[in-house]
Amino acid sequence: MNRPDSIRPGVPMIEFRHVDKYYGSYHALIGVTETIERGEVVVVCGPSGSGKSTLIRTVNRLESIDGGQIFLDGEDVYRPGIELDRFRSGIGFVFQQFNLFPHLNVIENCTLAPTHLRGMTPAQAKDAAMVLLERVGLADKANAYPAQLSGGQQQRVAIARALAMQPPLMLFDEPTSALDPEMVGEVLLVIRDLAHQGMTLVVVTHEMGFAREVADRILFMDRGAVLERARPDDFFNRPQHPRAQQFLADIRSPFAPS
Amino acid sequence: MIDIIDTYWLYFLVGQYPDGPLGGLVLTILLGFSALVLALPFGVLLGLARVSERRWLRWPVTALVYIVRGTPLLMVIFWAYFFLPSVTGHKTEQFSTMLTALVFFNGMYIAEIVRAGIQGIARGQMECARSLGLSYVQAMRYVILPQAARNMLPSLVNQFVTTLKETSLGYIIGLAEVSFIANQINIQLLTRPVAVFSTLALVYFVLCFGLSRLAYYLEVRHSRTAAGTARS
Repeated sequence: MNRPDSIRPGVPMIEFRHVDKYYGSYHALIGVTETIERGEVVVVCGPSGSGKSTLIRTVNRLESIDGGQIFLDGEDVYRPGIELDRFRSGIGFVFQQFNLFPHLNVIENCTLAPTHLRGMTPAQAKDAAMVLLERVGLADKANAYPAQLSGGQQQRVAIARALAMQPPLMLFDEPTSALDPEMVGEVLLVIRDLAHQGMTLVVVTHEMGFAREVADRILFMDRGAVLERARPDDFFNRPQHPRAQQFLADIRSPFAPS
Repeated sequence: MIDIIDTYWLYFLVGQYPDGPLGGLVLTILLGFSALVLALPFGVLLGLARVSERRWLRWPVTALVYIVRGTPLLMVIFWAYFFLPSVTGHKTEQFSTMLTALVFFNGMYIAEIVRAGIQGIARGQMECARSLGLSYVQAMRYVILPQAARNMLPSLVNQFVTTLKETSLGYIIGLAEVSFIANQINIQLLTRPVAVFSTLALVYFVLCFGLSRLAYYLEVRHSRTAAGTARS
């Protein structure tokens, strides 16, 4: 699925250069070198503890790195003196646990950052947020509090909240892993819509059906390294690395028709 | 008992005022209220320092909190009364001495309440606020503290009630607050300690009970305006 803007030449959206990360003596990321282009939709998959979440969390410095470099839109993310808050506001991040602010209602969740960081008036921020809530199908829940929403609805609000900062890049850290099965679909559909609009997305997920349909490229990680990078069709039908083959065999339900 | 109240009610209420310094119940309320109003922001600042990532801020404050919490209030009052003037060079009068001691002492306890309140908020909240681009201070102010405040409220009210009762220790440095005045009345009457001190006890009870009820009322009203958020 080649979009015009995904083949635009120029600076890549994210560039990892030999990134190393340790948790104590545990080597969580081992010399990761990877480029994610503008407009690309990349799914990162792999077994638990493979470093997928750590990888995307290093991009907005929720995790520090111990070696190598990361560039975002050509800017060195770990450059000393970087305006960290301004920089982070340009990256949408969606968490596994939603992390909505429980003391604020839906619209306040979506307008908090834009009013304080983008200089929007409350009215402007509210109008913009309503457009986004419309987009994730929750305009009617604008005045509800997070505790009154289902998990799927909360995650869609979290996506709208991240979008409210108009980031050119969205990172998703297992956005559906904390959801009941019947709510996974509504969240994935929202993410798919973003993909179709040409946003740059990096999605850590175990939803292989989603990966197959939406991703431009799949990164397979295991034990802190990217072992395979492939188009979905190649990855699912012709995995090259033995551990990728093993992973695909493992996640196939033992009850699935062969 | 009516006759005692009839004779001494004004003395009980304001001490020798206006012929002498203000005292009595009004002074107690003034002292207690001032201590609350000043100890709260002081305690919040100390509490924020307790959870700060900056060691030069966190360590000294942590040490201070532990030291003061391991000290009786009476000793802090003595320090403020005898030690403070020798440092500042001029003699402080009893009200500000007592106020200093109360704010200092209660600030440490409030710091621990604030620290526990902040640390009780899931880590994801701070992470998420920062990932949106909010600064640490903004995240604290708009995301963490409002949630923490709700959890802290019962402990804070408890501390406030304690503070109010602790004003009675002003007696020890000759501050003419209500306990001091009650004792003066008792000395004058000599034969009626039960009536005098029962009245005093009742007055403290009404003050403290009133404060707890007010806090409870605020809590209920607050959770009603934010319907549904208390769950989860």
